Amino acid sequence: MPYLVLDRLTKRFGPWVAVDNMSLTVEKGELVSLLGPSGCGKTTTLQMIAGFLDPSAGRVTLDGADLLAKKPNERGLGIVFQSYALFPHMTAAENVAFGLEMRGIPRADRDRMVRDALQLVGLGAFGDRYPRRMSGGQQQRVALARAMVIKPSLLLLDEPLSNLDAKMREEMQIELRRIQRSVGTTMILVTHDQAEAMALSDRVVIMNKGRVEQVAAPQDAYDNPASAFVANFLGRTNLLQGTVRRDGAGRRIDVAGTAWPVAAEVPDGPGLLTVRPEKVRFVDGAGVPGLVRARVFQGTQWLFEIRTEAGDLTVIRQHDGQTLPAENEPVMLGWRAEDMRVMAGEA
Amino acid sequence: MTAVDAHKSLAKSLIDSPDTAADSAPPPRPERRPLAPYLLSLPALALFAVLLLVPLVMTGLLSLNSFGFYTGIQDVWQLGNYIDIVTDDYFHEIFLRTFRIAVVVTLLCAVLGAPEAYILRRMRSPWRGLCLLIVLGPLLISVVSRTLGWALLFGSTGIINTALMAVGLIATPIEFMYTETGVIIALTHVLVPFMVLSVWASLQRLDPQVENAALSLGAKPFTVLRRVVLPQVVPGILSGSIIVFALAASAFATPAIIGGRRLKVAATLAYDEFLNTLNWPLGAAIAMLLLLANIVIIVGCNRLVERRYKQVFE
Repeated sequence: MPYLVLDRLTKRFGPWVAVDNMSLTVEKGELVSLLGPSGCGKTTTLQMIAGFLDPSAGRVTLDGADLLAKKPNERGLGIVFQSYALFPHMTAAENVAFGLEMRGIPRADRDRMVRDALQLVGLGAFGDRYPRRMSGGQQQRVALARAMVIKPSLLLLDEPLSNLDAKMREEMQIELRRIQRSVGTTMILVTHDQAEAMALSDRVVIMNKGRVEQVAAPQDAYDNPASAFVANFLGRTNLLQGTVRRDGAGRRIDVAGTAWPVAAEVPDGPGLLTVRPEKVRFVDGAGVPGLVRARVFQGTQWLFEIRTEAGDLTVIRQHDGQTLPAENEPVMLGWRAEDMRVMAGEA
Repeated sequence: MTAVDAHKSLAKSLIDSPDTAADSAPPPRPERRPLAPYLLSLPALALFAVLLLVPLVMTGLLSLNSFGFYTGIQDVWQLGNYIDIVTDDYFHEIFLRTFRIAVVVTLLCAVLGAPEAYILRRMRSPWRGLCLLIVLGPLLISVVSRTLGWALLFGSTGIINTALMAVGLIATPIEFMYTETGVIIALTHVLVPFMVLSVWASLQRLDPQVENAALSLGAKPFTVLRRVVLPQVVPGILSGSIIVFALAASAFATPAIIGGRRLKVAATLAYDEFLNTLNWPLGAAIAMLLLLANIVIIVGCNRLVERRYKQVFE
């Protein structure tokens, strides 16, 4: 039985629909990311689960109970805010203790639980510090400890890592994953960072303009994007215009003079071929002809910008000693048929 | 909103210690001291010196002179005026009354103004501006017409008493005129805006998510206000209190009209000494003592609260 159920959740602000008929089920212990560009409705969804916004329509149930019937301070959810929202006039320990205090937990137990929670996030020695005297990463950990210590039935994370620098973010991703594994809390993570979503989640929910585009495991969504939007949003991708037609051998798509077999049910006419940059190879024989416009060395890999008849392609090749074409060199491009996806293009 | 901005900076400069001002000054260059900053602040310094420092020093000197009914002001230096004030119960009573009124007005302003600012901030767009204008209203009206308006309301046949008696709540008129109650009500009315603006400024710095965070941790709305919002707006309440206290303790027009001759405060007392008794040195000594007491009380309270809420003041 699913743990958290969002049933046709909708939020309208006047004529504008922020979240449109969103349905989602989350299993206990799962970490699900809501991923999308800003304004896609992911934070609005989180705010409705938290109770800070009232939905215009739809239902939310948690463990079988109607969540919308409860006030935000009765829902028992842990929330980590983008700004951390720590209480600046309280020490880290007092911040963490606040939720326990509200639950009337006796002093001695409270102190022990606060200590354990700060230990869990690696801040055992920082209990007496005020938030102002802590780095962004430390504040972030206090916010996490404060939300976790009340043993929430559900932990909501609103862009928790977006205010950290790249290195710290990576560290916190690993930390968050470790804590999630060891404590087993069900988590909903809102983020616009696809790398973060893929690194942390069991499943990702890709949203666009208030609608769910795809719900899948990160790798599934990456390999089998349900739409051009998903393909573009999850990592880099190449979009090539082509024409879908059927002949004796089956369905095919013509792109820049080459024909590729199409497995999916796509109507005849204009089609869109997507293929990931790292899946495109330089081939000797037949392929899509192109010209290297630019190449950039990125340490572990080379990035190529290649102009073809069907549009510009990005190609990523590992820096592993193989000879690679130089700039302004004509090349032939190819990829395995199973590495590409074909969608109906707009007519 | 320029009035608000000006006030914000005023409130900030009142609570910030001088070292923040030193921080913002450019680092001194050892080789050549730039002249421009000094030249640019010269007009302001001249104004300050001529209009504040010189009269203040002159008043201070005047307070040391002596006065006789037949001899006039004597050019001697002595502390007789101060000794007279310190040893006379008549002056004690007036000074005590002055500060009692100022304290009560400050407390009332805090109790009324802080929630008012909080509610105003949560209002929506057209209403917020409108309500803010109403709150600031008293400041836009001349002190004399505002206070005479209160006199019309307060009189024994005034609107308040007539209405209360018509309803049957009271049998005899309540004494507002020439009482502390009347002065306190009228002063609170005009000084509340300073508190509202000051608390408003500190509410602006509050992370709106902090209240949600406290809610999500299980705090009831009132607990959120008491434990999370209030401690963070203490600096605003404090700077508002300083302004209100200083203005209430040195208020002249309102106590003069509502309190009249019967209910003197330090400011009206000094005025009377100057213009009725013509004992200028005694009036100057009263003014100096009022200034001194004001400074001592304000600085003392400021220190106390700053130490108590150390973390929010950084």
